Amino acid sequence: MEQVQAPPRRALWLGGRLGRKDPEEASAVTPMGDRVFRACCGVATLVAPVLLGILAVVMLTSAIPALRYSGLTFITGRVFDFGNLYVNALTVHNGVSAPHNAQYGAAVLLVGTLLTSIIALVMAVPIAVGGVIVLVERVPIWLQGFMGLFLEVLAGIPSVAYGLWGLIIFGPLMAHNVYPILARVLGFIPAFRGPVGGGQGLLTAGLILAVMIVPIIATTTRDLLRSVPVLQKEGAFALGMTHFDVVRIVSIPFVRSGIIAASLLGWARALGETMAVLMICGNAINIYPYNVYAPTGTVAANIAATLDGALTDATGMAVRALAATGLALLLITLATNWLARAIVSRTTQGGMPVGRGF
Amino acid sequence: MRDLYRRAQDISFWVLCGLALTAIIAPAVWIIVGLLHDSLPLLKPDLFTHDTAHGGLMNAILGTLVLAFGVLLVAGPIGVGAGIYLAEFGAGRRSAVLRSFSEVLAGIPSIVIGYTGYLLLVVQFHWQYSLLAGIMALSTIVIPYIIKTTEVSLRQVPNNLREGAAALGLPEVTTLFRVLMPPALPGVLTGLVVALAISTGETAPLLYTAGFSDSNPVPALTHHPIGYLTYIVFTDIQLPSVQAHQLANAAADVTLVFLLILILTGRFLAARARRQTARMAV
Repeated sequence: MEQVQAPPRRALWLGGRLGRKDPEEASAVTPMGDRVFRACCGVATLVAPVLLGILAVVMLTSAIPALRYSGLTFITGRVFDFGNLYVNALTVHNGVSAPHNAQYGAAVLLVGTLLTSIIALVMAVPIAVGGVIVLVERVPIWLQGFMGLFLEVLAGIPSVAYGLWGLIIFGPLMAHNVYPILARVLGFIPAFRGPVGGGQGLLTAGLILAVMIVPIIATTTRDLLRSVPVLQKEGAFALGMTHFDVVRIVSIPFVRSGIIAASLLGWARALGETMAVLMICGNAINIYPYNVYAPTGTVAANIAATLDGALTDATGMAVRALAATGLALLLITLATNWLARAIVSRTTQGGMPVGRGF
Repeated sequence: MRDLYRRAQDISFWVLCGLALTAIIAPAVWIIVGLLHDSLPLLKPDLFTHDTAHGGLMNAILGTLVLAFGVLLVAGPIGVGAGIYLAEFGAGRRSAVLRSFSEVLAGIPSIVIGYTGYLLLVVQFHWQYSLLAGIMALSTIVIPYIIKTTEVSLRQVPNNLREGAAALGLPEVTTLFRVLMPPALPGVLTGLVVALAISTGETAPLLYTAGFSDSNPVPALTHHPIGYLTYIVFTDIQLPSVQAHQLANAAADVTLVFLLILILTGRFLAARARRQTARMAV
């Protein structure tokens, strides 16, 4: 069969092409209005990098004094304490002064952030991938569009609504009906042993985060599964494979790296999610969760919860300590995002959602 | 025997996948129905004519609308302009780098953006809790979405149209707005609708930039905090009173109804965009 070269997807502005080769000729060819418009669009494109730069500079400059004050205990310390704001005594470390006995150890918060997001990831990936496989392979086309609506709804529900649902409906239900059974069945694993608490804690937060990141993973996987070459699948059927084998041997390898990348994006979102977690994680501080039902805290939720109090610190160090935790969160999410994009650009082309997976 | 094993494997796989699909659909239905079921009867006309100081939601609804409108005004032109640049003018490495910047921006946790907004706009610029600070924080979040959808929908427009316009000697601006935009418009609008949905639903970036106000929004960009719906959901559910809980529920209902309307609008536009693409592909 003759290979037909597809036309290049890149936009092709003949005027623009001329302009890039020879600026003088371009100014003769390109009307004034065009050049102004192009410049405006160029400036708009620079907004995103500039915003990123501002974010980086502000977070870094605010965080550095707190990081110098804490040193290594920022990572290893369990106690995150703004210190005594009511006496005038100051504690000085490494030339930085903070309120009396202030300690900024973010270990518990970082562990809480990682645990909740890992629970979310472990729950969300099989559900999103499995659900989308059956959606693409077995559900008729006209119904697929309708079912896509649910993914959009999940992506669109505001995180406070997730939080409210978790707080008044989902959490209590799980604590009364499901967690006791879980504690009995899985009780041989120490982390699953009771007490099961009231439904605000690590597992509830992880489960709700899972629901929140399902759309990111599911929409990407769906779009990739639809692009699996039909010929290969039909060939596999012709060999007498079951539908399961076709999915396992043909489809999944084709979309694997996309699934991994989408999962990383979902993980990044779970790491940075604030309001829903703030409302249902139980907001424990300075203590590691003693089982999966126990209250916990996360970096993002802690910033939202304690900034009010931090503002009362006259030395300003409490605000900077929160900035330091925010910076740590920023670095983790950026690394995760970058890894996801790197996997995608290496193997598949485009198709990744930005943010929440609309 | 071997065949039976494979059949069983096949069936159990699809049953598990079906369960997974149920686990996607069920929470969506459960959240919407669960939240709306108990509290829709609470939505009385009074809520829409009184501010929070008097037990209503009027200030928050107005505030949410004002914030969303402001975001459209600030982020809309920037996002669409950048999307046009990336799709039409930018080429090669440079635009790939610019695109990756916008994707990185999309991955930044919203609380970090809100916190930076607080440190820079509220404190450093002395804007205090204000409408403008809130709009800036929200715009930072939605700009990447608008860029992405604008770029993608312009790329769907076939090159024939560009070449035809160039052959007629049309200026770029005319080509863009009279030739390329009409087929790309539904897609671009979808991005703007998503931006509206995000501005309606976000809380974390607003907590410490927009603040909160019990009374109706005042026509001032800075120095006056502004109320919004999601704040009431978050705060009032933690207050020890039945009225506050009902208000939080009502605020969540109004937000959800807003969002469902936006999602349906977005779907309608996306369907039109797909039809346009299909028509152009012939």
